[in-house]
Amino acid sequence: MNSIWEYANPRKFMATSAFLLPWTAGLAALCLVTGLVWGFFFTPDDFRQGSTVKIIYIHVPSAIMAVNAWLMMLVASLIWVIRRHHVSALAAKAAAPVGMVFTVIALATGALWGQPMWGTWWEWDPRLTSFLILFLFYLGYMALWEAIENPDSAADLTSVLCLVGSVFAVISRYALLFWNQGLHQGATLSLDKEQNISNVFWYPLVIALCGFGFLFLALVLYRTQTEIRARRLKALIAQERMG
Amino acid sequence: MSLRVENLACARGPAQILAGVTFAVAPGEALILRGANGAGKTTLLRTLAGLTPPLAGTITAAPDAIAYAAHADGLKAQLSVAENLAFWAGAFGQGDIGPAVEAFHLGPLLDRRAGEMSAGQKRRLSLARLLVTGRPIWCLDEPTVSLDAENVARFAAAVTAHLAAGGSAVIATHIDLGLPAAQTFDITPFVAKRIRADDPFAEAMG
Amino acid sequence: MIALLKRDLMLALRAGGGFGLSLAFFLIFATLVPFGVGPQTGVLATIAPGILWLGALLACLLSLDRIFQLDWEDGTLDLIATSPVPLEGLAAIKALAHWLTTGLPLVVAAPVLGVLLNLPGAAYPWLVASLLLGTPALSAIGTFGAALTVGIKRGGLLLSLLVLPLYMPTLIFGALCVVRGAAGQEALTPLLLVAGITLGSLAILPFAAAAALRVNLR
Repeated sequence: MNSIWEYANPRKFMATSAFLLPWTAGLAALCLVTGLVWGFFFTPDDFRQGSTVKIIYIHVPSAIMAVNAWLMMLVASLIWVIRRHHVSALAAKAAAPVGMVFTVIALATGALWGQPMWGTWWEWDPRLTSFLILFLFYLGYMALWEAIENPDSAADLTSVLCLVGSVFAVISRYALLFWNQGLHQGATLSLDKEQNISNVFWYPLVIALCGFGFLFLALVLYRTQTEIRARRLKALIAQERMG
Repeated sequence: MSLRVENLACARGPAQILAGVTFAVAPGEALILRGANGAGKTTLLRTLAGLTPPLAGTITAAPDAIAYAAHADGLKAQLSVAENLAFWAGAFGQGDIGPAVEAFHLGPLLDRRAGEMSAGQKRRLSLARLLVTGRPIWCLDEPTVSLDAENVARFAAAVTAHLAAGGSAVIATHIDLGLPAAQTFDITPFVAKRIRADDPFAEAMG
Repeated sequence: MIALLKRDLMLALRAGGGFGLSLAFFLIFATLVPFGVGPQTGVLATIAPGILWLGALLACLLSLDRIFQLDWEDGTLDLIATSPVPLEGLAAIKALAHWLTTGLPLVVAAPVLGVLLNLPGAAYPWLVASLLLGTPALSAIGTFGAALTVGIKRGGLLLSLLVLPLYMPTLIFGALCVVRGAAGQEALTPLLLVAGITLGSLAILPFAAAAALRVNLR
């Protein structure tokens, strides 16, 4: 029977991912080029924001993927904790730096966008602040992976951290909403992008979003392959040493 | 209280250390573990104590029957001998530290802080802890390190008394304790150092 | 478990146990703030709630790596793991002992430091209440972080990196409670939210900490 858990076997995963990788990478390149070129050069300027609005094609997809990467790590951690599939733990490890880079891109493009729009690089807006916190969670998660020598222990401990961290991340999200509303009563500076966007901007945005999704997938597949090879190498060295 | 070990495989980190270990210790019996340094005596004892999960095989003993004593003494330097013992007695739900003090001749040291004692005195205190656990099966890792001849004899007497009372012991040691009902168990034939079988990265990959 | 709590308290109070260090740090931290921001009472009164909560949080953080590290190094943790005390109970007791020796003194000292920082009179009950209800969460979260990093040499810095993001909701609601109390606004909601976080942390984190300890003891 073809069960999805077969892919938990490293060899099976290597074969499948070797097949999938060129396709996801190709799709990522295709969607990214189409979406970004369309978005940057073939959409009108916003009547209020001018051409700065076009940063949306990078900002929004990277922000969405930053959150999705953490969700993927959460699912992978759960699979490791419950079924102890090594590939799952390694995929979570592989996704963390990718998710962190997406978070940094979202923060940086947010700052670049915010400067001309709001006249400030940084605003303690709940949404912005949430991403800063998410960045810190990624940092802690990766630091814990690095700090522990035994890979199985590292997978266990980072999984526990990911589960507990997720709960606290959700609490933090609501705490931030409560906090900012509590401190200044004025309207939040964040734009509600989804509601006031017209179709002209919407199509390239969706394509760019798909591009970022495929890019994430390709990077995680690639990095998981690397992690598996590193573990294989470790196993070989250990075998060699133990004779 | 008997301890039965069947076909046990033990691992330390990513490596399997021992495989196929099988033995039984009946009440009143002691098992002396022998094996070269690094053979896996500590790993076996940690597995028996339940700290490291076994890779394969079974350990049959009543729940909460095993008392474990490691290389490290597990003493608090800031606490006195009496306080250290009282803590362990409390943790194991036992009340009286008198027999333990008696067996290892700790009476004159009761108010000394553990941090001010010599290595041998600390070891005695650490072994006295076994008596306040009230547990029938002792798993001891090199218990006589830094003990002088007189105190090795005290320790042997304590083990003998424990066996006479129906207890049992698994002791990793290189010296002859002169115990009455002791069988020697050499772990050398069971040493099987290789990458653990449940590591999926050990098999060949494309 | 009572024996464990008694031992931990005794160790903390003995010489070298570190009792009072966190309190001293809290005092110094609050004293240094006016040197940094200037002595204007208006400014100090505005930032006092945040400073006091932040100081308490950092003071808690300082003593976290001692929670399991010393027991780990001298082999006590191995022996406790083989004793009838469940590791979940151990984690809960450790958190309680940490709170009694660190959190509780901070709660007592906070009003005094509030005077130094010109905290408005209306805020004092809220300050004490929010710290009293919030510091147990800090201890519980910290115990979890300490359990994660117990096997790591020089894990103190990593511990801070892991624990501080987890502290954020408690800090937000705790400080907000005092800010609102100082301004005479409704402060009960954030206080209840702090209590909620504490109860949730106490209910869940001992289990997570025990799982982490089990992995580290293997």
